[in-house]
Amino acid sequence: MLLSDFGRIGFDPFLEMRRMQQEMNQRLGGLRTDAAQEFPPVNLWLGEDSVAVTAELPGIAPDDVDLTVRENTLTLKGERKAQDDASVWHRRERPNGRFSRTIQLPFRVDPEQVEARSANGLLEVELHRPEADRPRKIQIRG
Amino acid sequence: MAQELQTTDRKVTSKLDGSERTRSRQVFVPRADIYETTDEVVLLVDMPGVASEGVDITLEKRTLAIRGYAADQQRENYRQIYAEYGAGDYERVFTLSEDIDRDGIEASQKDGVLRLVLPKAAPAKARKIELKTA
Repeated sequence: MLLSDFGRIGFDPFLEMRRMQQEMNQRLGGLRTDAAQEFPPVNLWLGEDSVAVTAELPGIAPDDVDLTVRENTLTLKGERKAQDDASVWHRRERPNGRFSRTIQLPFRVDPEQVEARSANGLLEVELHRPEADRPRKIQIRG
Repeated sequence: MAQELQTTDRKVTSKLDGSERTRSRQVFVPRADIYETTDEVVLLVDMPGVASEGVDITLEKRTLAIRGYAADQQRENYRQIYAEYGAGDYERVFTLSEDIDRDGIEASQKDGVLRLVLPKAAPAKARKIELKTA
């Protein structure tokens, strides 16, 4: 009722407020410091009985990444080699050296059911819940 | 595990030429290494998620602009529960201090890293400037 009234005069304050909030978040989102930034940065995706981890690993060949799965953790290990033919550095912003990162997953995963793919410096690991751990629907008898 | 969605800090609004982009996506400043060897300048730019078709490099006078367009990273049947990096495009502009041999520039994109090799131009010949007597 209220909204439709506003619609008639062509101004919806709630829509406007949401839009402003979104804009504010976009602007302030860039102000965080990266002091605690770990390498590599990861994103986690949750699916039905599976979880996917994506990581930004630019400059690292897929064969140079070591993946290990244990219970509910995934460990990424590897090394990014430094350039050795440089004589004068102008800028050095890209991290290099050895890295190791362990990610805690929301549930135990089956080490036999892991798929890893890599493209354009993005690593994608898909992990599945073991069959025995999957939630089961329980019927209630009347 | 943090539940709140957070993205990394490398976000900027595009202001390369004072105009706005038509695509509403985040734009990041990619991390870059620049080094010099005896006869070339090498640029390494981290642009994860960008395929070689998505790289756009322009050199105008001494201004080198690098843009990378990444593919969307939405996943079907999955919802994002934690984020440390965001999806978006990359943009960065450099001003070169050396004279570059424009015809010899080589670029390659591998594993999300752009490698640009800019050969230095042969040193300009010294030129004597005559003073005009008044």
